[in-house]
Amino acid sequence: MSILVNKETRLICQGITGKAGEFHSTQCKEYGTNLVGGVTPGRGGQTAVGAPVFDTCVEAVEKTGANATMIFVPPPFAADSIMEAADAGIELIITITEGIPVVDMVRAVAYLKAHRPNVRLIGPNCPGVITPGQCKIGIMPGYIHKPGRVGVVSRSGTLTYEAVWQLTSLGIGQSTCVGIGGDPVNGTSFSDVLRMFEADPDTDAIMMMGEIGGNAEEEAAALKKAGVITKPMAAFIAGQTAPSGKRMGHAGAIISGGSGAASDKIAALLDAGIVVANSPADMGISLQKALKG
Amino acid sequence: MADLGPTGVIVIIIVKSHAIADPLVLFKTSRDLVFSVLENPARPRFQTQSIWADFRKWDTRNRKSMKIHEYQAKELMRAAGVATPDGIVVSTPEEAFAAFTKLGAPLQVVKAQVHAGGRGKGIAVGPDDDRKIALEIASGNRERGPGMAKGVQLVKTAEEARDAAASLLGKTLVTYQTGEVGSKINKVLITVGHDIVKELYLGLAIDRGLQCPVLMATTEGGVDIETVAHETPEKIHREPIDIGVGLADFQGRKVAKALGLQGKTAAKGAALVKALVKLAIETDASLIEINPLIVTETGEVMALDGKMNFDDNALFRHPEIAAMIDVDEEDPAELRAGKSGLSYVNLDGDIACLVNGAGLAMSTMDLIKYHGGEPANFLDVGGGANKDQVLEGFRILLAEPRVKAVLVNIFGGIMKCDIIASAILAAYDEIDFRVPLVVRLEGTNVEKGMELLSQSGRPIIVAKGLTDAAQKVVAAAKGE
Repeated sequence: MSILVNKETRLICQGITGKAGEFHSTQCKEYGTNLVGGVTPGRGGQTAVGAPVFDTCVEAVEKTGANATMIFVPPPFAADSIMEAADAGIELIITITEGIPVVDMVRAVAYLKAHRPNVRLIGPNCPGVITPGQCKIGIMPGYIHKPGRVGVVSRSGTLTYEAVWQLTSLGIGQSTCVGIGGDPVNGTSFSDVLRMFEADPDTDAIMMMGEIGGNAEEEAAALKKAGVITKPMAAFIAGQTAPSGKRMGHAGAIISGGSGAASDKIAALLDAGIVVANSPADMGISLQKALKG
Repeated sequence: MADLGPTGVIVIIIVKSHAIADPLVLFKTSRDLVFSVLENPARPRFQTQSIWADFRKWDTRNRKSMKIHEYQAKELMRAAGVATPDGIVVSTPEEAFAAFTKLGAPLQVVKAQVHAGGRGKGIAVGPDDDRKIALEIASGNRERGPGMAKGVQLVKTAEEARDAAASLLGKTLVTYQTGEVGSKINKVLITVGHDIVKELYLGLAIDRGLQCPVLMATTEGGVDIETVAHETPEKIHREPIDIGVGLADFQGRKVAKALGLQGKTAAKGAALVKALVKLAIETDASLIEINPLIVTETGEVMALDGKMNFDDNALFRHPEIAAMIDVDEEDPAELRAGKSGLSYVNLDGDIACLVNGAGLAMSTMDLIKYHGGEPANFLDVGGGANKDQVLEGFRILLAEPRVKAVLVNIFGGIMKCDIIASAILAAYDEIDFRVPLVVRLEGTNVEKGMELLSQSGRPIIVAKGLTDAAQKVVAAAKGE
């Protein structure tokens, strides 16, 4: 099973004719992802990465039956591309682009909520989603993954690779790995992904990599504590040694609630019965511990 | 990015976005804009870093946002229809004298223009003054001695305005937010004093949970708002904003009511709030604070102070705001790093690290600390790691005299380890590497990469795994 993406996923890439879009579309295709097309306004009729390029998402969906998109569109236009994909009926939108203005994301997310509430947006500013051995959508190196039964979710990129690599080196495979991205306004939270893993019969345990700031990790811990998530979990919080204290002054801190400090997050995770890695070198081992109960 | 809702991600947009996007002219504009402003007045500012300054920097990075001065924020607010007291910004005592005369009010205020908060209690220090003592005073832990100038001063004559300006200009303001490093005062704002009937607070930031801007209003203005939020959160009214609608008129009335305004004053308050929200959305402001917002004896509602931060990612469409950047408020090493597409934060320790990716970079700092070392910095070279970036990264790291060892930790994904190893070797040869270098690579072609390093004939310490790397670099820094 796995979550979000699998062999049935039919992918297009928005921004496929750009340097990064083309490079990573090629990588995804080589991994075995079913890349059925691409979209770049004004480039309709061309071919990129062996797939047809369309001017609009609507046309791409009509002609290819695409049900997922990977967005590499430059930041000023990326939020518009998200809305375009949703409008065209694409159910899964994975936005890799980093640096989208927050106000643009507020608009895009509001648009999805109002007009396409069933669309799943991952990112922006994320490495993407991979179901090892089946489908890779994003910029992660495919070979570090191994098919298996541990779900991985993270706010960060290379730290996720590190964790996945540790798991694979220990012989622990992954069901699906999801990078939700680090932007303040994004499509999918830790809690969303945890619920998906909980419902997935092919996921036995969950590895979560959080970071200082915000309270998404505390929310995830609360789900675990409340019994909504019953599967064993391990976690790591990056930024434990980052200077804290006055970090989030004034309005922002007031509005978000929670301290955002690593110590508070770790306390909440431990309290929920989640195994927490003290060192980033121990992420894989801590998941092993969680599995053993 | 407290204003965007706090997050741990410490990458500036400029850093990686060009790596994943087309080389569009428009797209490059934001970066070019900012750096064209920064190009010239590179003014080194080497001072002992305090932990407080580190807080401020993390703050800044976390926010991914650009700060401007009070006088600039007030100019934007005034143009948008938010009433502010008349004022003139000056950079010499003589101009302050003239400004007082021109403004003509019997009571005026001279305010140091630095980005940090806590200016009212802040102390202006010269090169010979004890900053530690100044910080204690600014933090409220010590009485202010004679002859020590506060960052905000009331004046009643042009002569007093001139003297107040002279006590601030060219000095460094130490506040509880700047730490001992302080901020240089290049400008002061002379502004008309008003009779204050009420001191209120208005703030605006993006709420991560609600995924929209939220306006915050409370009658408890003029004090530390974080204390209010902590002790009496029920006193803060929160108004979520539909970004497509802006602030609806009824919401303006709600906020005015929450602020305890009545009659004509309530109408004025509602109009001010609406104008403020419009300004925030139009300028991509990530944070706005007016503390205090005052009601005068004549029933006027005015922004007595003003703070605005902007989303770095949106600066490409606001050249006029990008031009407001004050290089004196920025760390030169961080600016230099940003220019090369690196994200850098200076810290206190002696082990420098160069890492790809923000999450892994933070984790590497954690790792160093876990094994008994102290990280000297946060340096993220982005997803890849090419020779020029590694070279510039090394230069920045080694420019810091307290660095005793360097750790390179790179997870080569798409970028292969042998290529990264070659980049490290090429960079190593181009600079005088005065301290031990420990390299840990993982990923594609890792054996090939490690072989290149260990057979290079250069004294590079090759590590296998995160723990080994941390132990080796901690030992190297201790001279073991």
